[in-house]
Amino acid sequence: MNLNLLIILPLLTSLAILFAGSKNTVRMIALAGAAIQLVICGILLIQFNKYSVGLQNGQMIFESSSPWFSSLNINYHIGVDGISIAMILLTAVVVLAGILVSWNVEKMTKEFFMLLTLLSAGAYGFFISLDLFCMFFFLEVAVVPKYLLIGIWGSGKKEYSANKLALMLMGGSALVLVGMLGLYYNSISETTGFNLMALRSQVIPLETQLIFFPFLFIGFGVFTAIFPFHTWVPDGHSSAPTAASMFLAGISMKLGGYGCLRVAAYLMPEAAHYYSAYIVGLAAIAILYGAFATMMQTDLKYMNAYSSVSHCGFVLLGIGMLTPTAINGAVLQMVSHGLMTALFFAAIGMIYERTHTRTVSELGGLLKVMPFISTVFFIAGLCSLGLPGFSGFVAEMTVFVGSWERVEMFYRVSTILACMSIVVTAVYILRASGMSLMGVIKNKKFESLTDATWNEKAAATLLIAGILIIGLSPFLLNDLITPGTKQIMQNVNRIFTLN
Amino acid sequence: MSPLILILLLPFLSFVISGLWGRKYLKNLAGILSTTTVLASFVISVTTAYRYFFVDGKVAGKFVAQYPVDFKWLEFTPDLSIHLGILIDPISVMMLLVVTFISLMVHIYSLGYMKGEERYATYYSFLSLFTFSMLGLVVATNIFQTYIFWELVGVSSFLLIGFYYSKPSAVAASKKAFIVTRFADLGFLAGILILSYYSGSLEFKDIIARYTDSSSPHLQAAISSSFLGVSALSWGLVLVFIGGAGKSAMFPLHVWLPDAMEGPTPVSALIHAATMVVAGVYLVARLFPVYAISCPAALHVVAVVGVFSSAFAALIACTQTDIKRVLAYSTMSQIGFMMFALGVSGYGGEAGLGYMASMFHLFTHAIFKALLFLCAGTVIHFVHSNEIKDMGGLKKSLPITHIAFLLACLAISGIPPFSGFFSKEEILTAAYHHDKLIFWVAVVTAGLTSFYMFRLFFSIFYRGEENTHAQSHHGEGTSSMLAPQIILAFGSVLAGLIPFGKFVTSDGVGLEAHTDWNFSLLPIALSSTGILFAIYFFMKDNDKAEVLASKFGSVYISLKRKLYIDEIYEFVTKRIIFNLIAQPAAWFDKNIVDGFINTIGKATQVFSLTTSVWQSGKVQAYSAWLLAGTLVVLIMCLYYLQLL
Repeated sequence: MNLNLLIILPLLTSLAILFAGSKNTVRMIALAGAAIQLVICGILLIQFNKYSVGLQNGQMIFESSSPWFSSLNINYHIGVDGISIAMILLTAVVVLAGILVSWNVEKMTKEFFMLLTLLSAGAYGFFISLDLFCMFFFLEVAVVPKYLLIGIWGSGKKEYSANKLALMLMGGSALVLVGMLGLYYNSISETTGFNLMALRSQVIPLETQLIFFPFLFIGFGVFTAIFPFHTWVPDGHSSAPTAASMFLAGISMKLGGYGCLRVAAYLMPEAAHYYSAYIVGLAAIAILYGAFATMMQTDLKYMNAYSSVSHCGFVLLGIGMLTPTAINGAVLQMVSHGLMTALFFAAIGMIYERTHTRTVSELGGLLKVMPFISTVFFIAGLCSLGLPGFSGFVAEMTVFVGSWERVEMFYRVSTILACMSIVVTAVYILRASGMSLMGVIKNKKFESLTDATWNEKAAATLLIAGILIIGLSPFLLNDLITPGTKQIMQNVNRIFTLN
Repeated sequence: MSPLILILLLPFLSFVISGLWGRKYLKNLAGILSTTTVLASFVISVTTAYRYFFVDGKVAGKFVAQYPVDFKWLEFTPDLSIHLGILIDPISVMMLLVVTFISLMVHIYSLGYMKGEERYATYYSFLSLFTFSMLGLVVATNIFQTYIFWELVGVSSFLLIGFYYSKPSAVAASKKAFIVTRFADLGFLAGILILSYYSGSLEFKDIIARYTDSSSPHLQAAISSSFLGVSALSWGLVLVFIGGAGKSAMFPLHVWLPDAMEGPTPVSALIHAATMVVAGVYLVARLFPVYAISCPAALHVVAVVGVFSSAFAALIACTQTDIKRVLAYSTMSQIGFMMFALGVSGYGGEAGLGYMASMFHLFTHAIFKALLFLCAGTVIHFVHSNEIKDMGGLKKSLPITHIAFLLACLAISGIPPFSGFFSKEEILTAAYHHDKLIFWVAVVTAGLTSFYMFRLFFSIFYRGEENTHAQSHHGEGTSSMLAPQIILAFGSVLAGLIPFGKFVTSDGVGLEAHTDWNFSLLPIALSSTGILFAIYFFMKDNDKAEVLASKFGSVYISLKRKLYIDEIYEFVTKRIIFNLIAQPAAWFDKNIVDGFINTIGKATQVFSLTTSVWQSGKVQAYSAWLLAGTLVVLIMCLYYLQLL
């Protein structure tokens, strides 16, 4: 299968949107584009499963490479393994759901859908890149449109949030760039260039690793809300329009996690091992501290944004632990959190659109007037607090079990601290849903509100289906990603065998 | 695949169907659908029990475990993986019977009790979800499977307690129940991590085998590594017990149970009396060989917590005025009996009497406590109040309920030949042989039990005149409400006659339990005294009880206020967790972390504003700077060349 299709289709879609006439045509094109993309991703998954049989563990397939700036040894080099397939599927689902919930965007519809589609192209490109420069390019493609999406279609203090988000993410990318150049100039052979696979096969000297690992890890970490560089998350998410929040939390934050894993930990396992205590410490702080901060939020979007900080901490925790199970858990958590948080933002968006408030204390009794939306909100909440049957449970438990394999006291304590978040999460989820969904209707105006429309129902159903598939039959996703993590672990094992 | 999977699958299907389409399309059919599926599960459970106990369960005179269903659900590492499956052994079969039977009774009862409720289909779908989860819990082959279904029963309990979601007290109670048990589950989870790490497996059979064989390296590793002077094995087992204590409402994690009575009464009967709350006992029983053989210290913790909770709850039950709360505390007290019965038991043979007695009491208690709750439901349905002061003299209006309640009270008080007598007597025997202090506390608690139960009985059905204002237009309820009461009443009378020791013992070998009447005299005498006291104080309308209460003064008031445990919790959660942890965290994030980032932004801005002044575009200014710079350079050059 030609992976270029994954980038070309969104680009063509956004081009078509640009030339479309009416608002209706615009959104039909966007929907069709996203739907076809999802189908293509499904085919990709099937093909992948067919071709990966009999291959070596975690080998990249559907690889292709063509020179881009040959003088600098930069190639347009793409390929996928199970982990990228999982992320690509996540992107397709979240984008489709995002387009469905934005069905009624009135302001500059054409531009809105175009930017959204363009963003998705950046994400797809990032996940299939096997060349660091390519990857960086797509990472930037996935940042810039967000600035516009928040600045134009946002709410609240949107200019401030858009600036903050763009600047902090750009700062992150700058660190990534430094790290990449460091690897580039320190590689042994001239021809290696930015090629991920070539870089992997050589052992980078420890001194080089120790210098450049923090750049790459923190740089990508900013995207996935590493403490203390997470403050763009609450402001950015809460100002963004619904679909952008979904994209931001569902996919953008995963770009960071994927980068930490695929670039930082994969290429520099010795440094990852060296710094692992710091990563784990920061992750444990993010998990617990994020959860406590969530408890005090009164705005639903802020609540979910802080809870994203806490949940993305599990991704970093898993990566920091450097055991195969924990890394599997990190990937599971990326997919799970992507779906769940998108669902959460979708539900909050639906509530906000009707009640024009996101303040928990002003809501109340919504279950009576909008049972569907309330149920969706509640399901997202249950997934967030890690109820078995939903994806969150599978991911968190895998991280916990994997983390427990590290026997040193520091790691054990961090794991227990991370475990404690399951209680705190339950507190804030039940508080929020108890106050906003249950009880009596506080505002008389709410009594005439209507429940979800077809497009909202479709979006929610799509995301819930994803959550349930992973939650009920986790072996599907687990089997998909395990070869990929094994491949990453091969490099890590190199250290343990040396010791 | 084995047809046994249907026991689980049918309620699950009913949950999905009623949940998705119940309100719109099924309406009242949802009740019929759910009830039918539970009936089917019950029938399959009965046939399974028959087959297991009488046909193929025994190998060489000993009941052994069977694994008709088992598949890998999630693989962590080649060693550690979550399997989902069905485990058939004496206790799981016994629990299958209890759960499906009580669930069936409650389903039938609810057909009448919940009639006309707007969210009727939702109610039944939640009930099915609970039944499914509870059945999944009891047949678990893997400790993680237990945890999975453990969480699911927790959430179905949450949904049902908060069923009347427009009542703030119900919402608060449901939250409290979920969060308190979740806190305990944290212990369970940590326990699982510890136990599975050293045993290298999540399967019950492996964990038990590896931790009970004194020569196994797993056991050695778990004992030799320690934290704070306590071995890893003890930590693991005690943490798992904390999980169990949370679900089973043991002190100090019991605070959610009395509040959980906000849910519909049939739900209280099913979840908060007969099945879910005994999950903790079941969990300890499941891992019992490990506790008994390898870690008696942890088992002693179980015994102490159990006996303390049972006495504590019995004292509080004597002062409560809400009929369901009295029953809730009595449940806590009876579960305490089951817990310490396990705690005083040994493994195998005569020493395993406590184990057998605990399971026996679990079995009989499920029947008579469910009956008590269903009767309470009928009474509440009739007078529209939970308070005993609104009741009294209901004997005439509710004749069947009156008899059923009386039988259940006799059973829980341990009066022969009712079912509670046999199980309680065996518990006391086991305690007597193990620890005299526990025995004496338990005997006195048993006396208190009959006192508070008959206090309730007389206050509802005798004392005073029937309050005609509150009298309801409907009579004693529909036949669907009465039938389960009658069936359960028969059960409460007869269940004690089952030779339980032949079927359920700690090691699978039959145990002949015999009643020693000399020994039983004391408990019977104490229980009867309790009843006599209740007759003296509460049979007729008088103020003797109030006088007595005022004599006790502050003791009475503190008991009535449930010994201020709720207030302590409130202090810890509100004052400490909210005000001292969460609020500072949010403040810190907003002002320090984000403040830092904003300061960087500001600093950059100030810096660029300052430097931008230099880019003024004025040629005169530029040439002035140029001149000054040249001069400076010139002077430096001269200085360097030592010409100055």
